[in-house]
Amino acid sequence: MNVPPRRHAIEELTDTGLDAKTLSRMLADTWGTRPGLMGALTAVDHKIIGRRYIVTAFMFLCLAGLAAVVMRVQLARPESRVVGPDLYDQLFTMHGTTMMFLFAVPVMEAFAVYLVPLMVGTRNIAFPRLNAFSYYVYLFGGLMIWVAFALNAGADTGWFAYVPLSGPENSPGKRVDLWAQMITFTEVAALAVSVEIIVTVLKLRAPGMTLDRIPLAVWSQLVTAFAVLFAMPAVMIASTMLIMDRLVGTHFFNHAEGGDALLWQHLFWFFGHPEVYIIFLPATGFVSSIVVTFSRRPIFFYVGMVAALVATAFLAFGLWVHHMFATGVPQLGSSLFTASSMLIAIPSGLQIFCWIATLWSGRPVYTTALLFVLGFLINFVAGGVTGVMLASVPLDTQVHDTYFVVAHFHYVLIGGAVFPLLGAVYYWFPKFTGRLLDERLGRWHAATAFVGFNLAFFPMHILGLMGMPRRVYTYQPEMGWGPLNMLSSVGAAIFFVSFVMLLWNVVASLRNGAVAGPNPWDAGTLEWATTSPPAPQNFDRIPVVTHREPLWAERDALPVATGLRVGVREVLVTTATDATPDIRETAPTPSIWPLISAILTAIAFIGSIFTPWAVLWGGVPVGAALIAWFWPKGDPEDY
Amino acid sequence: MRQRPVLDVSSLPDFAFGPRSTMWWGTLGFCALEGTGFAIAAGAYLYLAWLNPQWPLSAPPPALTWSSLFTVLLVASAVPNWLVQRAARRQDLRAVRLWMVVMSLIPLALMALRAAEFPALMVRWDVNAYGSIVWLLLGLHTLHLVTDAADTWVLTALMFTGHVVGKRYSDVSDNAFYWNFVVASWLPIYGLLYWAPRLA
Ligand code: HEM
Ligand SMILES: [Cu+2]
Repeated sequence: MNVPPRRHAIEELTDTGLDAKTLSRMLADTWGTRPGLMGALTAVDHKIIGRRYIVTAFMFLCLAGLAAVVMRVQLARPESRVVGPDLYDQLFTMHGTTMMFLFAVPVMEAFAVYLVPLMVGTRNIAFPRLNAFSYYVYLFGGLMIWVAFALNAGADTGWFAYVPLSGPENSPGKRVDLWAQMITFTEVAALAVSVEIIVTVLKLRAPGMTLDRIPLAVWSQLVTAFAVLFAMPAVMIASTMLIMDRLVGTHFFNHAEGGDALLWQHLFWFFGHPEVYIIFLPATGFVSSIVVTFSRRPIFFYVGMVAALVATAFLAFGLWVHHMFATGVPQLGSSLFTASSMLIAIPSGLQIFCWIATLWSGRPVYTTALLFVLGFLINFVAGGVTGVMLASVPLDTQVHDTYFVVAHFHYVLIGGAVFPLLGAVYYWFPKFTGRLLDERLGRWHAATAFVGFNLAFFPMHILGLMGMPRRVYTYQPEMGWGPLNMLSSVGAAIFFVSFVMLLWNVVASLRNGAVAGPNPWDAGTLEWATTSPPAPQNFDRIPVVTHREPLWAERDALPVATGLRVGVREVLVTTATDATPDIRETAPTPSIWPLISAILTAIAFIGSIFTPWAVLWGGVPVGAALIAWFWPKGDPEDY
Repeated sequence: MRQRPVLDVSSLPDFAFGPRSTMWWGTLGFCALEGTGFAIAAGAYLYLAWLNPQWPLSAPPPALTWSSLFTVLLVASAVPNWLVQRAARRQDLRAVRLWMVVMSLIPLALMALRAAEFPALMVRWDVNAYGSIVWLLLGLHTLHLVTDAADTWVLTALMFTGHVVGKRYSDVSDNAFYWNFVVASWLPIYGLLYWAPRLA
């Protein structure tokens, strides 16, 4: 009874003497996901989960984008009657909430889930079952809030749900409860992914990938994961407090009983400002990858780029109070926050300088991906300028809550993150699918997006200075805001069309795009050393890294490590700084339990909106499912 | 792409303890994020205390009896916890089993003490903001206590059934590492909830 199952010969077989074909086939067998429904529901391959994450995040972009289109139709003319005030409240809340929590952060993590294991040269993400669980939790949270919206229970208190508006007195009903639970869902997912990424980067790097050979895209995901780790707990505590105030009568934010409304703002922005960098830092990683590959030279001043990433993340935590200048924070405090808000321009400036220097001294190839990066540089600088303007208290109090702010954060979010993301789509699509996107249509897409975006959002600066407040469902013709709003709506329509072009390009290229081959761009990092799309095992033999751009350094043959087992899922664990090989760990096999655990977790979370006891009776099955998840089932990997 | 073998890893061990394993880093990650949660909640406590002229709000500071017994037992549990970790590193099955049983029973006693603790707070969560934040902090810590207890029970069961292999010892050692976090995170909370209002 006390002896684990004996190992069979196949489980001891290593890759050492095998020829390439046999090795590849055997590994694909060991690491593969079964076909059919059961295979899909039990999948733990980071590429499958990553792909689902990416597609789901883009679906939420689509929903939030449609909400934006309705808002722009409504605002195009004064005294328009397309939607009423209550629906408008739900629209901007659903738009902002979805964009931030269900699109921007998850899509960056989705790229990390897919790319980081490939870029560091390993076979799966660390804790792959947790990864599957996180995806389902995220999906259920997003579905929940959109189903609620369809049932006229959409959140309506803005994406930061300020109390007392969102408190029990002013927002009766279930709308805000659903919003608060959606936060819990998405943050659980984000925190899980951040732990996986940190461990993947620290422990699963290919031998020889010392700290100074880690690709910048991976560095940016690592730094982001740390920022998530320290930022997201704040909003989880905050949303828990809010839902408890609403459901079980606590008084965290109730002034009459010693609570405080500003406590919400502090907790929310302690997360909310780093949130912007959680979105932006991975985007800088995309930019670095694209700039390096298409400049045909290594990045200019690598160490400075890494330092800038780390500095940005640190400073991001010192900035939250700048969202609260209008609340009258003490004088000295607010000067400090102004200073650090301006300080953060330094690392961003350094990064921009290094990208330009790399392009300047290289031989740039202007692919669509690089065009999106150029668009990013222009838009982001504009957003940064208005950001530094807003960091000054007197100006901020003037334009606070006007369209100037709406313009600013769309320049930062779309210019700073969505443009690089679109570049990343063009850049890595061949790796994901094996086919290239059409470059000609791509150029049209890039141009349309750039024009549409600027037309949609530049006029909002002026509208803000003219005094148009945000979050109004309509305005009187006498205000004179009509023409600029019309211009902005036309721009939004063009921007929308640009996404239709992308969709068209994706669908058409999936069917008959040019076949990519392993490395269509002649790039230098490890994800391009394997087939497109990669086989289930990612690499037949784990690469050994000798250079920051390993594929440029080793043109004729890739140095590799041998000696891993082929009949059992095994990954190579290396040391955290030097990446010297240390142990061979087994990796988890497919399992249905992450899905079941996620379903039960969703039942407990949603149930708790209706009765607090759901936390207890819902928690017990979750615990049972987790035990089933971890209990060894006799696979060789379990022993 | 052609391959050129330069390194053979077949002789590497298939498990290791502490920072050499991925599980240890994962555990550390969760400690970091949960620790941040505690710090944020403690920050909220201090913020509310600083805001209100009187603190605790219309309630005496919580009684010391149960909480102090709890603290003593919790700190004392670090000793068998250290022993189980040492036994795991030696891969000494008998000792691991013995101390895992002890480490499975201790949380039961702790949970009983905790159950007695909530009424002894002398304030309900829905009376005022002070009650709310005290219950939140205590609730958060209880959640950690329960999760790690459950984890310990499962591991103990594994060590008594046909699942004992090298890496299971490493799991035992990581579980003990997490328990240290449960102990360490309690001490500041204990000081904040029970002593700070008395000293201020
Ligand atoms: C697709 C093009 C987009 C358009 C046309 C658009 C349009 C708008 C408009 C008109 C508002 C203001 C609503 C109001 O204050 O009354 C708004 C708010 C907002 N948008 Fe967008 N947006 C777009 C994309 C994005 C993206 C990509 C993000 C984030 C990644 C984003 C994040 C937000 C946020 C956070 C708000 C604030 C919501 C609130 O006030 O609670 N938007 N958007
Ligand atoms: Cu900010």
